[in-house]
Amino acid sequence: MKSSGTPGPPGAPKSIVDEKATGLPVFKTWPAVYLFVFATFVVWVLLLAALTGIFS
Amino acid sequence: MLGIAAYGVWRTRGQRGLSGYLKGSGTTGWVTIGLSVMATQASAITFMSTPGQGYEDGLGFVQNYFGMPLALILIAAVFLPMFRRLNVYTAYEFLGRRFDTKTRLLGAGLFLLQRGLGAGITIYAPAIVLSTVFGWPLELTIILSGLLVIIYTVTGGNEAVSVTQKYQMLVIFGGMATALVVLLARLSGHLAFTDALTLAGTFHKLNAVDFSPDLRRRYTVWSGLFGGLCLSLSYFGTDQSQVQRYISGASLRESRLGLMFNAVCKIPMQFLILLLGVLMFVFYQFETPPVFFNQSSWQEAAARDGAKFHAVEQKFAAACAQKEQAIRAWLEARRRHDPAAETAARAQTLAAHRQSEEARAEAGTALRQADVHAQTNDGDYVFITFILAQLPHGVIGLLVAAFFAAALSSKAAELSALGSTTSVDFYRHLLKRDAGEAHYVKASRWFTALWGVVALGFALFAHLQENLIQAVNIVGSVFYGVVLGLFLVAFFVRWVRGTAVFFAALLAQELVFCLYFTLNISYLWYNLIGCAACVLFSLLIQAAGFKRKEST
Repeated sequence: MKSSGTPGPPGAPKSIVDEKATGLPVFKTWPAVYLFVFATFVVWVLLLAALTGIFS
Repeated sequence: MLGIAAYGVWRTRGQRGLSGYLKGSGTTGWVTIGLSVMATQASAITFMSTPGQGYEDGLGFVQNYFGMPLALILIAAVFLPMFRRLNVYTAYEFLGRRFDTKTRLLGAGLFLLQRGLGAGITIYAPAIVLSTVFGWPLELTIILSGLLVIIYTVTGGNEAVSVTQKYQMLVIFGGMATALVVLLARLSGHLAFTDALTLAGTFHKLNAVDFSPDLRRRYTVWSGLFGGLCLSLSYFGTDQSQVQRYISGASLRESRLGLMFNAVCKIPMQFLILLLGVLMFVFYQFETPPVFFNQSSWQEAAARDGAKFHAVEQKFAAACAQKEQAIRAWLEARRRHDPAAETAARAQTLAAHRQSEEARAEAGTALRQADVHAQTNDGDYVFITFILAQLPHGVIGLLVAAFFAAALSSKAAELSALGSTTSVDFYRHLLKRDAGEAHYVKASRWFTALWGVVALGFALFAHLQENLIQAVNIVGSVFYGVVLGLFLVAFFVRWVRGTAVFFAALLAQELVFCLYFTLNISYLWYNLIGCAACVLFSLLIQAAGFKRKEST
């Protein structure tokens, strides 16, 4: 791994194990995180649709 | 705000390495990345315009962001690991590794062209509002804000941008939250929150989603999902001003979490800002607003023909008074649970609203008659007018500081990206390959300063022109699609080589230029056309001629 200040970009690629770990207490894998984000998006759309339906 | 800028310079003092200057120290956490990505996107013009958009058209604009979470998931899963694995300084360096030098320079050149023009606008837009607020000459506010941002971007580099953006975003959030609280407190004197929402719904301001398949409608769930996905992929995945924000993360995890933070927060954030505008609309049903929110423009025109403009103002005030009376009757009928009276009062409210809108249209016509170049869209001035007229002095100061913060954030990110792209993709690659790190840092600082001066000059020039903001948005859309197409081929079509994609991009750009000058369609479609054409031409050219030649 190159150190900061040497020619070329520092920070060599992390190990595959590090890349797969999210470090989060609930969502241990990245697909789980993406699924959570997608689910949150769907919930937002549903809430906005409900708001539209109630007050239109 | 000066303190925040000084803090950024102090925190990043003594940087000597090119990587540290361009990508930061490699220790940036996900909170800083997330706020920095958010601040880069939330330019001052967005911050000031979005409440005005909510005031005029309601919540429908939130659908524009429906494609963004999906795009950010794709970028975090596909784009980001590739950028980090190849350990690139700029997104276009990736194109060089995947294809060849000429394709890398083409991508970087397209970015510099469109973003270089856009940088002038991001400084011009807030400067004109600040000029209106303080009464200072426009040139002075452009130069002052431009010099401030150049100094701390050049001295601190990319990390100064990330460090200061975090605090600037906190100021922005604080300012918006304060405005919302003050607005709700003022509204509570007139009606309950649920009544406010019902009233807004009566004026169709709470139509947040529209499932209509009509392609002519600007904001629908479908245009937001498909068009928004394309735009967000282009902006977050290929625009160096954004890529530079998240590749500076301490690890892939930090960068991904920073992007996911935006994917989760952006829609509710935009919803709240739009809701602020909708509630301002409700508030102005009880306080007569100016007939035209850009008061300096209105008063300048009114000075030439006072009687005519005064008549329009009186007509508008009368319609507003009639509307307020009808709304109060409607609220009283709701309290009495009298459906017949409620229906009658609601009809009177809508009729009075039509009259007030007619008066506003007359105001626009009068302005155009007084000055053919007059801007008759006053949406950007709604929030500023509310702040100056309704909020306490301390809050006004906080929100003006927030405007500066948004201006500095977006401007600094753009300059930093322009400087690093010029230095890494052109200067180091073409002109001086074997110099030391200190030399490239110095070159990057000079290029950043140079782009800052170009942006300042463009902003000063834009003052002399009309419709330049729209023109630069069109320029961006004309180039964005082709750049996205380059990256999509790089990621997903592995058998296409550099020469094929290079000529495909040139052809696609030519096609977009030809269509732009011959067709009469919304400029947003050019994002999709450019991207699709670049991918399709790449496949055809590779299949037709270059595949066999390059594989031997």
